Order: sequence, then C-alpha cells, then structure tokens
Amino acid sequence: MFRRLFPWVIALAVLSGCGSGGPAATTASASPAGGAKELTVFAAASLTGTFTELGKTFEAAHPGTTVKFNFGSSATLAQQIVQGAPADVFAAASPATMKTVTDGALATAPATFVRNKLQIGVPADNPAKVDDLKDLADPKVKVALCAEQVPCGAAAVKALAAAGLKVTPVTLEQDVKATLTKVELGEVDAALVYKTDVIASAGKVTGIPFPEADKAINDYPIATLTKAPAGDLAKQFVDLVLSQQGKDVLTKAGFEAP
Amino acid sequence: MPAAAGEPVSGRGAAGEEAVSLRARLRVNRPAFTLDIALDVAPGEVVALLGPNGAGKTTALRALAGLTRMSGGRISLRGRDLDGLPAESRPIGMVFQDYLLFPHLSALENVAFGPRCRGVAKAEARRAAAALLERVGLADKAAARPRQLSGGQAQRVALARALAVRPELLLLDEPLAALDAHTRLEIRSQLRRHLDDFDGATVLVTHDPLDAMVLADRLIVVEGGAIVQQGAPAEVARRPRTDYVARLVGLNLYRGVAAGSGVKVGELLLHASEHFDGPAFVAFPPAAVALYRSRPDGSPRNLWQARIDGIERHGDNVRVHLGGPVSAFADITPAAVAELDLSPGQRIWASVKATETHAYPA
Amino acid sequence: MSSSTRERAGRLPWMLVVPAVAGLVFLVLPLAGLLIRAPWSTLGPRLAEPHVLEALRLSVVCASVATLICLVLGVPLAWLLARVSFPGRRLVRALVTVPLVLPPVVGGVALLLVLGRRGIVGQWLESAFGITLPFTTAGVVIAEAFVAMPFLVISVEGALRGADQRFEEAAATLGASRWVVFRRVTLPMIMPGVVAGAVLCWARALGEFGATITFAGNFPGTTRTMPLAVYLALETEPEAAIVLSLVLLAVSVIILASLRDRWVNSP
Repeated sequence: MFRRLFPWVIALAVLSGCGSGGPAATTASASPAGGAKELTVFAAASLTGTFTELGKTFEAAHPGTTVKFNFGSSATLAQQIVQGAPADVFAAASPATMKTVTDGALATAPATFVRNKLQIGVPADNPAKVDDLKDLADPKVKVALCAEQVPCGAAAVKALAAAGLKVTPVTLEQDVKATLTKVELGEVDAALVYKTDVIASAGKVTGIPFPEADKAINDYPIATLTKAPAGDLAKQFVDLVLSQQGKDVLTKAGFEAP
Repeated sequence: MPAAAGEPVSGRGAAGEEAVSLRARLRVNRPAFTLDIALDVAPGEVVALLGPNGAGKTTALRALAGLTRMSGGRISLRGRDLDGLPAESRPIGMVFQDYLLFPHLSALENVAFGPRCRGVAKAEARRAAAALLERVGLADKAAARPRQLSGGQAQRVALARALAVRPELLLLDEPLAALDAHTRLEIRSQLRRHLDDFDGATVLVTHDPLDAMVLADRLIVVEGGAIVQQGAPAEVARRPRTDYVARLVGLNLYRGVAAGSGVKVGELLLHASEHFDGPAFVAFPPAAVALYRSRPDGSPRNLWQARIDGIERHGDNVRVHLGGPVSAFADITPAAVAELDLSPGQRIWASVKATETHAYPA
Repeated sequence: MSSSTRERAGRLPWMLVVPAVAGLVFLVLPLAGLLIRAPWSTLGPRLAEPHVLEALRLSVVCASVATLICLVLGVPLAWLLARVSFPGRRLVRALVTVPLVLPPVVGGVALLLVLGRRGIVGQWLESAFGITLPFTTAGVVIAEAFVAMPFLVISVEGALRGADQRFEEAAATLGASRWVVFRRVTLPMIMPGVVAGAVLCWARALGEFGATITFAGNFPGTTRTMPLAVYLALETEPEAAIVLSLVLLAVSVIILASLRDRWVNSP
C-alpha cells in the first residue's frame, strides 16, 4: 500500500510546495529581466482611484515604465505577498496587514502615508433621520458595519467602544465597498464607512462626521518589498506617494495627512 | 367471417349506422407524405391495416388515437365525433409495438393505471386489473416489473392494460412484431381469442400477412398513404391487386388485358380458368410453375421460355427467379433442381396449367 | 505502480488517459493542498467553537431549503422547456442559464434591486406585508436558490429530453391528463435526473458566497453561512479558514456520496 502511495505523496508534496505562488497568478507576468521596465504595486482597494492617478503621473515622469496595480483587500494582498507574489510596493489599509508582510521580512520600514477617518454614511435622503452616532443604537435603524476582520470593521468597533454605544448591525460586510453599496441601495439606514468612500460615492451617500472617529483613525502604511523585482522604481514610487504632489492627490480624495 | 359479429347495438345512431361502430376519414399531410384513407369498422369486427414500412399505417392508428394531429377528415365512434378530443378523452385502448409498459410500475399497477385515470377507486381498479391479468393467464405475474417479464408476457399485460379501460375502439400497433417466432405463434392464437371476446371495434396495424390473416376479419392494404385494396383475408390472398400484396401472399401477379379465357401480359398470352373481357389481373402460385430443360411434349396451355436470374432456398423447396417475357418465381423441389442441373443465366422452359392460373378484373 | 495496472493502462488509449489523469490531478490537488496545510493539531478545539457549528447548521439548512424551492419551481420550468413549444422558448432557455454566467455578486445586486428594501418588488413586499428579505435567513435561501436553480433546470430538462415520450403517449391513451401523465409517468421515469439535478443544486447552494453576501449580508446566526465564515477567516486567520473549508468539504462529500449511492446509481 505504502509503495503504491509513496510516489504520489512525493508528487503532492513537491507540487504543493511549487504551487504556493498560486494565488498571485494574476500578477505572475512580472517584469522581464532588463528591457521595458514594469512596476507592480499591491494596494488596498480604497486606494484604487488615487493610486491609479498617481500611477499615470509616475509613468509620465518615467517614460518607458508601466505601473501595474493589484487592488484588493489588504489582508488578501498580504497573503499573496507572503505566498510569493512578485510585487514591488505594498500599500495597506492597516498596520496589522502590513505587519503580516514585515513579520515575514518581506518588507522593511513601512511609512504611514495617509490616514482615513470613519464617517456615518447615510443614503442621500436619510430615511431614518440619522444625525449622530447615538442614532445608530436605535433598534429601528438598520445599520451595516464592516466585519471585524477587515480594517474598517476594526475601526468601527473602536469608535463605537469609544462612544460607549452598543450597536446591533443587520450585517457585517466583507469590505467597505460592500458596506457602502448597502447604503447606496438604501438597504440599510446607516453604516460606518471611510470618509474617502463617501466622497467617492459622488453624492449617493451622505457623510456625517462624528467626534469618536478620531479614536479610530486608520493608518495606511506603504513599503517597498525586499524581493522587489524593480527595486529602484519601487523606491521612487513610494517617494512620489509621500511627496507633496502625492499628498495633494490623496487629500483631495478625502484622506488625511498623517 | 361475417362482418358484424358483435353484440347488437340497440337503438344507437340512425338505422344505416347500426352496423358501423367506427367511421373515419383520416387525412394527415406531412412534407413529402400524405395519408388519406377512409375506414368503417363494425362492432366486434377486427380490421387489419396491412402495408409496407412507411405506408402510413401507424400514422393512421395514431390519428385514431389522437396522438397525431389530423390535417382533415373526421372520426366518429358510435355516432360520436372523436376528432376534436385529445387522446385522454377518447374511449380507446391502445397496444403499442414495444408495449410501453411503465417500467416503474408492476404489471398489476400498469393494468390498473387506465381505470385509475378514469376515476375508478383504487381498490376497485386493482380488483379489475387482477381479473384481467387472470384472463390473460398472468395472475402470478401481478407484482412483477415489466423488465422481469418475457416478451410474450409483456404483450399480454399490454393487452390487458388496453382492455382495462373498457374501450369502444381497440388499437393494436404491430402487436406481435417484437416477439420471437415461437412465442409469436402462441400469442397470436391467444390474441385471436381475446379479440373474439371483445365487442368493440378493433383496428390493428401489421406488416405481417400471417398476423393479418389470422387476427383480422377484414384487411385494408395501405401503400403510400392510400388504400390500394380491401376485403376479407381469403379474398385478398386469392386476388391480390398490387405487387406488394402478391409478394406477401406468395403469388406471381401480372396486369394485362383479358379476352375470353386468355389474358395478354406484354407479349405473352396466359390462359386462365375464368372467362371475361377487359383489363385484368392474372395470378398463379410459384408452386404451380413447372420447369423443363427442353420444350415439353404435350401442350400445357401456358408455356414460355425463361432465363434463370437466381436460385435460393425457400423453406423446404427451392425458389427459382425467372426472367424473360414475364418475371416470375417458381418453387420446385431440391431433387428437381439437381435433376435439371439448374444454374443462373441458363435458358429454360416454364409452364403453368390454366386451371392454376386465375384471372380477375383489374 | 504495479505491473498489472501498467498492463491495463497499455490497452487504454493514452490520448484519453493522459488528459483524464491530468484533469483528475488538477481537480484533486487543491483539495490535497488543503489537507496538507490543515492545522491538524488544533483541529479539535477549532471545530468545537460554537460559531463553526452555527455556520454549518445554517449552511446545510439554507442549502436544503433552497434546493426544495428549486425543485418546486425548477422541475415544472424544465418540463415547460422540454415538453411545451411556445414562441421564444429558445430565449427563455437562454435566460434560465443566466445565473450560471452572471458573477454571483452581480446576481446579489440584481436581487437587491428587485427584492431589496427599495427594490421593485421588495418595496411592495414591505409596505403590503411588512416582509423584508435582505439580511434575513430567507434572503440567504433566495440568493442560493437564484444561483443554484439553473443546475436543476438544466439537469431535469436533459432527463426529460432523454426520456421516451411514447410512454407519455401510452398514458394519454389510457385516459391520463397531462398533469397525471407528468406525476405518475414522467416524474418517476426521470427521477434519477431530478435527484442528480437536486444534488448539483444543493452542492452549488452550499458553496454559494457572492450572491449571498451581497443580498443577504453577513451576520452570525442569521446569514453567515460557511463560505462567508471562510472568507472572513481568510482575512485574519488563514488556518481557521482552512479548517472551516475542510468541515464544509467533509459534510458535502459525505452527503453527496451517500445520496449518489442511494439514488443516482440505482435506476
């Protein structure tokens, strides 16, 4: 029995070892050695708009360079990097997810480049007449929060704790965009989302600032990766994000300077 | 067999319709095919639709059952119009060629299916079904599933299932075609008995002349969607009117012109036992043909020189295919073949006695 | 590999065997990956956590109810497509398969637009009956049924097309109305196809993620099914996600295997 199985066990072990790069298959067409230059940036989904714009700026300043983005949940991106995805830069939506990467000695010296603050997001017509955080504790008000496992959810828990409120949401969404969608469609009366998301919703969601948001500010760290295939470019891109020009783009979108 | 052997239908319909149970004109138009036949069937009468494959027999049966939509025509059963009714509302029972017993139901449940559909209480339907199975000799197979039944048993269950709804019209589509030769013989005579007991009209479709002869009171020969001949089985067998029927009943058949006792078929004059003038059919059995190497002495009335096109076994005898002025089959004994030393291509003399040659108006 | 196996393989056409084995490896290897990387030492305590059982129970109940709904609605729909010719039947058949190609998340949004609080039908449901579907267990069932129904319809329609319609004709000549024909002849004869379709449908519903999280949201006890729990666990604790996946896998394999033996393989 063992004789028959043994080659299979070996094959499985080898293959599963080789295959651990699997999740990153979408970005596997990494920069070729020499030739045209390519920069691969893994960035939190909430950075989609601003980073795309900065990428264009970067390409204009470095002719012949292409910037490729992989936007997604910070935790997923961190997992992909840990599993060997060939990325040059990682911009995360929380220090915790960045820590996954630095713990593996895959990135060094992350710098906080922006911070994001929660707001109460309500549908444009605000059917439940929500105007401050206390209203969210009203059982008649349907509230969506991010799940605690994702950064916006962790921040929401912190903010609500700071306010001493107990809120029972109807749903714990998998990411902030999904939470925002529920508000946009009017399925919930209120949600705790980032100010940047409110601005990105272009009027479909109204943002209500609340003081306890200051207790739950989310830092966004950025770092070049130690195994970056395009190391120099990676550093230059991080510099662009940290520059005044980068700050302008980011604050325009609702981020706050650190 | 008399045409109206059934039970008296008292006071039903007009006086002229008393002897007619089914009166139908069936028209079905398909691309490249048109069926147009009329048939009347008396109560208790069994009519066989006989014809080659593709003649439209099964289409006719399906039209009667309401399974094929008619392009025109009318079906009336005991004075009641059926053509507007869907299959499930027609007072019919049908036995399909491969029986189509429901595979998930037992023999008893198959037979009880019809009565149940027609509103008979479950217990009563099962009692009736058991009685019918008993009648067809399958009381011990009541609990068996169709796939546990032999071909002959399945055929009898199918018949019982069709009879269970007490139909006014029984339709049988090639009821014996799926059986092997031995079973067929036995089931054929049983089926004949059951049909004798049935007092409604029966239409059966077959391409087997023996089935038709044994089971039917009257034959309707269908070719190319139209009726080409009908009559009592013996009449059809004696006086075929198409090559197809002639081949079925095993006769050499020619069309010619009669003048007195002679019928002119092409160049050849055939003498028959009948006397009349005008267009005629003339027929003789292959066994009546005698073959000679040289012109025989004496003077048989019908004699011609033929060419041997082929020789094959035919039952215990040998069938010789003859070409020449008329093409014909001759059935002779193997001993005769040896004696005459026959081989294909050979020229030979053929003769038939006038007394074995029959002519009838075309 | 023993010589007898090699001998047997020699007689098989390698043009078929090689891709077949490659296909099998391709399908099985990711499962092997899960098994190899599973944190076996902490498996026990992880499984004992109440939220795991809660999510599992919710998954099985919702998938089963969704399958029932698919059976009640999908079998007649398959019958309509297979047995009744009506104008636009090809279009309808194509529409039925839409949930197969639609990204489930989009399906979830579509369901919100129709059955949500402000949806075309949902609005009326709420004002007339006080029923809201999003963020409820019923919402999970609806999302799963929406995504899984095509599997049932396609399977049953295939079975109907394969079934010999002459049995239905035979039943009609015995006086059975179309409903009786369906119930007493057609349905029993296509039962293996129906069961196979229901099994596929159930499996699809059990693994449903996108439409569920979009339409029904994610809340422990009411709408957090196993796939949702797996997804969230992946954010913080990949090992926990593997454990949850294994549980889902084990339960579905056990149920599917027992169903197949009992129903699908026997005529």
